[in-house]
Amino acid sequence: MAELILEGVSKSFGRTRAVRDLSLRVGDGEFVVLLGPTGAGKTTALRLAAGLESPDTGSVRIGGRDATFDPPASRDVAFVFQQYSLYPHLSVYDNLAFPLRSPVRRVPEPDIEKRVREIARLLHIEEKLQNRATQLSGGQMQRVAIGRALVRKPAMYLMDEPLSSLDAKLRAEMRIELKRVHREVGATILYVTHDQTEAMTMATRIGVLEQGRLVQFGTPREIYQDPSNVHVATRLGSPGVNLVPRDLFPDVRAPVAAATIGVRTEHVRIRKGRNGSTSGRVRWIEHLGDQSHLHVRVDDRADVVTLVDPDTDLSVGDEVHIEMVAPLFFDARGERVRP
Amino acid sequence: MAEIRVERLHKAFADFTAVRDSTFTIRDGDFFCLLGPSGCGKTTTLRMIAGLELPTSGRILLGGEDVTFQQASRRDIAFVFQLFALYPHMTVRSNIAYPLRCQGMPRAEVERRVEEAAKILRITELLPRSVSGLSSGDRQRVALGRAIVREPAAFLLDEPLGALDAEFRELMCDELRALHDRLHATTVYVTHDQLEAMAMADVIALMNDGVVEQVGSPQEIYDKPASMFTAGFIGSPPMNFIPFRGRLLPGDRSVQAGEAAVEIPEAREGTSETDLMLGARPEHVRLSARSQMRASVVEAEYLGTNQIVTLATAQGTLVKARVPSEVRVRPGETTGLEFRSEKLSLFQRTSGRVLRSALHERVAHG
Repeated sequence: MAELILEGVSKSFGRTRAVRDLSLRVGDGEFVVLLGPTGAGKTTALRLAAGLESPDTGSVRIGGRDATFDPPASRDVAFVFQQYSLYPHLSVYDNLAFPLRSPVRRVPEPDIEKRVREIARLLHIEEKLQNRATQLSGGQMQRVAIGRALVRKPAMYLMDEPLSSLDAKLRAEMRIELKRVHREVGATILYVTHDQTEAMTMATRIGVLEQGRLVQFGTPREIYQDPSNVHVATRLGSPGVNLVPRDLFPDVRAPVAAATIGVRTEHVRIRKGRNGSTSGRVRWIEHLGDQSHLHVRVDDRADVVTLVDPDTDLSVGDEVHIEMVAPLFFDARGERVRP
Repeated sequence: MAEIRVERLHKAFADFTAVRDSTFTIRDGDFFCLLGPSGCGKTTTLRMIAGLELPTSGRILLGGEDVTFQQASRRDIAFVFQLFALYPHMTVRSNIAYPLRCQGMPRAEVERRVEEAAKILRITELLPRSVSGLSSGDRQRVALGRAIVREPAAFLLDEPLGALDAEFRELMCDELRALHDRLHATTVYVTHDQLEAMAMADVIALMNDGVVEQVGSPQEIYDKPASMFTAGFIGSPPMNFIPFRGRLLPGDRSVQAGEAAVEIPEAREGTSETDLMLGARPEHVRLSARSQMRASVVEAEYLGTNQIVTLATAQGTLVKARVPSEVRVRPGETTGLEFRSEKLSLFQRTSGRVLRSALHERVAHG
């Protein structure tokens, strides 16, 4: 495995600037997830790393070598796409063996068999090896698609939303599986998704992209606890961070430039009764089973959502006092301001 | 507005039974969710309430009146489908007004109702626009507008958010519930998504294989599942099941599950030695080095608000625990499992039925 370094990479399509001055280092054995909404430039960044696009400016280095203008085939990377494209007429075994049987590689057949069985064991599809690809469930097909990337021991893996076509239950299983594979193989992975849960649970580091720019790069904990702007704060956390106008809470000590207060649902403390300016009325209690979301209307202007125990004695219409722990402050442009 | 009663409803298509002997009451003004996996009979049930499908046997009462064999158009009900069929060449205003024009309602009244519906849905500024340029969320609002203007006794919605992406669905859930709180109209909502049902419903009827498995408030269904099906369908991640062989006497307050003695809510019924299943929600599982039920950490998934830790017991059963983010765990390390005993369920493994306990005393089986 090898490290990947993007340095000052930009790419435009016509007048659309898909990626702007992107610098990013994926260390050897790291699992980096690029997170962002549609159009943020994540897939373009991945395609630049793969060599499926060439940058307008900047450089791409793989394993210490300048690969900026290398064709995809000579970069030694394996790509996993959102839509698994298996050969339907071939067995699972032959699908997995396919990349190794390429004439340029000339891997001896006994070595191929050893490697295919190893990967099948890793992905728990050993007993399916003789099945036709079409006889598999969606989750099994996606495992074969990932397996086909893994059989080759490339310098790194590039994955473009590989789980998004699976249902919620399978996605949850595959998240754990990919993480295990990453650990056991020691693979370098660059992974693209718009799903914050995938990013939070699998990444060693997350890169948050917004309109082609990398706005923050750090561990899931760093990004969740210490977001650099409103965009990053809202991208992570479920339920989402509460954003309220600063003047709604005049008692909270805040930097002068603060226009918006951001507070995570688990950091809102509420108590029955009212206490001057920072109180509101319970508008709606959402029972989600493991916990309840309490929606509190403040000054008829903003809703603050907080987590309460399902056994709470609060009910709709109750007046409550709101206290915020570890609030985040943002200026009028949405940039973080620190006290 | 009206109460809807479904009595011993049965529907067979040739040799396939879609709905079996279903009975439930939807109270006036309730937001009622029919929830279940695809093919469970929820949409067929909804279509029978709407009059789009006739039952093989059983009755449907709308506001006390038997409407079982009444035509759909004569039932005072509005139906919103998953794929909102709007007229693409018409404006938003004409689309919303359409059902009223068809009834031959006076122009001024149509105008008044359209304006009001638009105000409720906060789409007044969209009224003059063509529907073809609208976002999927706005299209869904227009489809709802078309249901609202009729001021029906009840709204029936069939997976109205199914076509939207996840982020937007969450937003629309909030909006639909807020809309219901303003209109107080009896609403029957079909979905396969338990999170939607949990977030919006006053009452959920969970269906499986044509049968209503359980009817109750979201919290009841979550806390007191009547069967392993319910316990496994609801919750994200769903309830953990830990198999063991054991026996139980009424009044027992603990069971011997393998090596470990586990405290449970007081049993209200007993069983001779048989295959049992201990059911524990992820948030009711704690990691404790002292516990006799040993388990090794498989994976930890950080979610910010908290984390999900997957563990494997000595027997190889996977158990998920929802624990605070601050707890540091490493894959491979060994620990023990403890439970919030007053929240545990015990199931008979072969039937999947819950054993009655102090927790489950008043469970409504379907």
